[in-house]
Order: sequence, then C-alpha cells, then structure tokens
Amino acid sequence: MKVSMSSIKLKDKYGDILMAFAEVTVATLIGLGISAILIKVGGYSPTSALYYLFKGAFGNLYGFYTTLSYSIPLMLTGLAFAVSVRAGLFNIGAEGQVYISALGAIMVASIALPSYLYLPAEFAVGVTFAIAWSLTAGILKVWKGVNEVVSTIMLNWIAYWVVEYSRSNIYYDPLSPDRTIRIPVSGRLPLLIPNTQLYSGIFISLAVVVIFYIIMWKTAIGYEIRAVGLNPNASKYGGIRISLVALEAFAISGLLAGLAGVMETIGRPPTYAIVTSLTNLVNLGFNGITVSLIGRNNPLGIIPASIFIGGLTAGATSMQIFAGVPLEMVQAVQGVIVIVLAIPGVIRLIKSKIRR
Amino acid sequence: MDMSMLINILIQTAYASTPLLLSATGEIFSERAGIVNIGLEGIMLISGFVGVVVGQELLNPFAGVVAAVAVGALIGLLHGFITAYLKGDHVISGLGINLFALGFVPYGIYAVWGVRGYFNPSDQAKVPKIFGVSPIFIASLIIVFAIQYVLFHTKFGLSLRACGEDPHSADASGVRVERMQIIAAVIGSSLSGLAGVFMSLDWLTTITKDLPAGRGFIALAIVNFANWNPLLGLLGSYIFGFSWVAIEWLKISSLKQVIPVTLLNIIPYVVTLAVTAGVLGRSRPPKYAGVPYKKE
Repeated sequence: MKVSMSSIKLKDKYGDILMAFAEVTVATLIGLGISAILIKVGGYSPTSALYYLFKGAFGNLYGFYTTLSYSIPLMLTGLAFAVSVRAGLFNIGAEGQVYISALGAIMVASIALPSYLYLPAEFAVGVTFAIAWSLTAGILKVWKGVNEVVSTIMLNWIAYWVVEYSRSNIYYDPLSPDRTIRIPVSGRLPLLIPNTQLYSGIFISLAVVVIFYIIMWKTAIGYEIRAVGLNPNASKYGGIRISLVALEAFAISGLLAGLAGVMETIGRPPTYAIVTSLTNLVNLGFNGITVSLIGRNNPLGIIPASIFIGGLTAGATSMQIFAGVPLEMVQAVQGVIVIVLAIPGVIRLIKSKIRR
Repeated sequence: MDMSMLINILIQTAYASTPLLLSATGEIFSERAGIVNIGLEGIMLISGFVGVVVGQELLNPFAGVVAAVAVGALIGLLHGFITAYLKGDHVISGLGINLFALGFVPYGIYAVWGVRGYFNPSDQAKVPKIFGVSPIFIASLIIVFAIQYVLFHTKFGLSLRACGEDPHSADASGVRVERMQIIAAVIGSSLSGLAGVFMSLDWLTTITKDLPAGRGFIALAIVNFANWNPLLGLLGSYIFGFSWVAIEWLKISSLKQVIPVTLLNIIPYVVTLAVTAGVLGRSRPPKYAGVPYKKE
C-alpha cells in the first residue's frame, strides 16, 4: 500500500514537471512566433534573426560559455523573485538591488586595502547595501502596508539615479570618465575559461541555488515562508508571525540580488566597473522575473531557466551583429513568454480546444 | 516670484500631472470592476511609441492620438481576456506587458527610424494647443469627472463596482461579470494609452525607451492614495505631478550648488514613497480586485 502510494505521488511529480515543461515550450514558441512577426514587420529577416540568436547562444562552445556566464546573475535574481513569490509577495526590486550592490563593490575598490581583503569586503558591502534596499520595501510593507510593487519600482529608480550620480560625479575613472574606476585585480573573481566571459561565479550561484533549495524545503524558516505564501490566514492561526516572515523574505531576496550585482561587477570581463547608464547591469533584475516564472519559482527549475534566458541574452548580441536586428527584441520575447505563463493551464486549454 | 512665473509653474504642474491623472483614473475604473493592471507603465510606453509612428507617418497628430488610444484599448482587451475569462494571474500578466514594452519600444524606435534610444516627432505631428493649452489636459479633467459620475451615479457604475466588491452577488443579480470586467479593463487601459501619447506627441514631444520613467507605477500609488476614488486621484496626481516640476525648478535655483542636478531626479520617487507611506493604512481596495472570479 505504502509503495503504491509513493509511486503514484512520484508519477504525479513527473507529470507536473512534464506539464510545466510543455507550458514553457508553448509560451516560448508563442514568444518567438510573435517576435518573428515583429521582426518581419520591422523589415528584417526572421529566419536569419532566429538562426543567429540560437547560433550565438548555443551554436558553438564560445557562445555556450557566454550563455552560461549570463546564467550566473540570472540564477540569483530569479531566485530573489522566487523567494518573494513563495512568501506571497511581488518584490520586483532585484533590479535596483543589483545596481546598489554593484555600487557597494565599487566603493570598496576606491579605498586602499590589503589585497586579500578586497574580495570579502566587496561582497560584504555590496550585499549589505542590497539587503538594506530590499528591507526598506519590506519595512514599508509590514509597517505601513505600502504595496511592494510600487515601493520596489520607486526604489529601483532611486537606486538608478544614486548609482548613476555616483558613477559620474564620485567614482568616475579620470582616464575613462564613461565608467567608474575598475575593481583591482586582486578583488576580481577569476575567469573559469580564459578568453571567454565565463567566470568562476557560476560555482557560487549553483551552490546558492542548492543551499536555497535545502533552506526552502528542509528547514523551519523555509516552511514558514512557503506556508505564509500558500495561506496567510492559516499560518497566522498556526502561530507564524507573518510580518517577520515577510521581512525574512525581503532580506533573503535582497541578499540574492546583491550577490548577483556584486558578481557581475567583480567577475565579468572586460570592464570590471559600472558603465554609463548602468548598461552592464540594466535588466538583470527584471529578467530574473522571467527566469523565476519559467522555473516555476522552484530553485531546481531556475537552473535550466537561467541558462535559457542567459542564452537569449548571449544570442541577442550575435543576432544584432549578423542579422541587424536590435538586441532589445529578446526582451520583448520574454514579455510574451511571461504573459502566456500568466494563463493557468495553457496546455489544458489548448487540449480542450483541439478536442472540440 | 512674479505672476508670470507662478502661471508658468501652474501650467507645468498641470502638464506633469496629466499623464498620472489619466493613467490613475483608468486604473481606478478597472480595479473598481476587479481587474488589477500593473502594466500601465508598459501601455504608456507602447502607446506613446505607436502615437509617434502614426502621427509622424501621416503628419496628423489626431491620427496618432487615436492610434495610441486604440493600442491601449487592445492591450486592455488582451489583459482583460487573460484575467477575466481565462482566470489568469493579474499581476503576472501586467508584468509581462511591462517586460514586453521594455524590449518592443527600443526595438521599434530602431526599426522605424534607424536611431538608438529616442526620436523627436516633427512639428506637424505635434498636438496643437487650443487657447494656449493642451487639449488632452482639458480632456483629462473632463474624463475624471465623467468617470466619477459613471462610477457613483449610474446603474452601470453600480453594477461595475459590484463586480469588484462582490462578483458572486453581482452575478446572481444578473450582471455579466466577465463582460463588465473586460469593458473596464479596455477603458482603463485606453486611458493609459492616452497618457502615453500625451507625453510623446504633446507635452514632451519625444519618444524614448524610458518615456514613462516610473509614472505607470506612480499612478498605481495614486490609486491607493485616492482610496479608489477618481476625485481624490485628481488631488493625488497633482501632488505627485508637482514633484517633477520641482526638479526643473530646483535645477535653476541656487540650491543646485548644494545638491547635484543628477541626484535631483530621485525627487518624484522619494515623494511617492514618502506620501504613500504617510497616508496608507486607511485605504481599502475593492474586495475582489485582482482575484480571479470563478462561478460556483
């Protein structure tokens, strides 16, 4: 009896994963289909655009390394969004937390330290900034009931202008004023593969995902976060302090986004700095939302999802160079994917239409 | 401060507040029927872009405005269909609209005009002033009173509000909840479309990849601030709108020696955070706003 029960459960689990996979595939196909139409209307060749998009992302080893390199921050910002959703919160503040943590790393780089202290100090300051930024939204939420969608977007804009101001007025490089000073060599994360963008941060990201999986599914704090997200009222009567759990979720979310921002700044070659209009950081937080939704807000689903969206990011450059299509197009693809994923049971819906 | 400067500040405030007012009024209408749309920012951006494309192509601002409002309505229809009929997640669908706009508009600016970042429409495409003021500004004031009237003084408004407060009873008393919600979503989104084209063809007369600059989300804050009441939304929009004027004002004042100009840009966002934190707690959303309604 016990065996058959667990095997049914196992079958259900695989069924769920298969269903999720099918839904993401449908969403992606719709996303690519609509973008193909837009590319055609814009006067470009959709076939060549898609060809170079995929070639640039997965077509050769160099492309694949670039893809993996973008999965490093996306895994973390995806996780940052996922933990909030699990707690029933729509915290879209990873974007600003990435900016502010990158600034933290640059601030450390601006002071004279013994060389072995740079790395730990960059992480400590950057991540602390991001947690403080995220907790601001958290405190406003539990103390004043401010909608986190609004507050996190406001904090994103404030972070943008604070960092942009610091870049242009305080930490600019006198030799190259379009970017900040660079992270000193001893403060950088080593490259994993020479002459690629794949840096060793990928091990940190993967480790964080695994640790996170354990926290969310094997510890009391993870249980409380998930319980509050599933049913806040029952959790309250069950003795869980909801506002404390919300603050924990905001803090964890900030920590994850902060790691992403610090690592992008101290790990990705060749700049190791913040550039004009923060172009090397922009959208890392927002794209994490897509990653999380594709990964079904599940840490283990987020790994393949971040490689997929990392691939779109990497392939976009090759699409722009060889097919002439502006790379922002892949952002629109992600938008369509998210819209389709908002519909519950896309597959069931399609099946019922076909049967009719 | 002399009289002409005061008038100038008043006009600037009115213009800075108009997109917020239109967008917030639309969202109040939509949420009163139970449909939450956090994609206002994206709708403003897409409509602002489409307005410039059509207005510039035909050298006809009127056509640009109509196209922009139509696109806003179309996005509202899509969002309404996903949320009201397919029972989809309101917030995720809205997020998707924003993410799509973030990519589509910079792509479109390059695809249509071959430039990166921004495009300025020519003079013939700009919305002409009527008696020295923007006609869309005048329209925004008429719209907010019209929406207030419809919501609180008509049978239609009563049914609409019932969909947001108690869809089960509304359904039982013969209101077609889903249809009502779609109508509300379409009207609500088309007002954000008008807000977008007001910025791109009238007030700022430019299209950039971040034209709304957070205004769609500030409009959401105004909806909260206003306790889902259009007339309070009018007040809120003008308070928040003034914060943008304050930046320009401070940039030319002696204060710029103390606070650097780049940093002044944070003012509207800080004001929004501070004001929402200050007044909230007393407002209450429609009970079923953002909750997919399922018949039993």
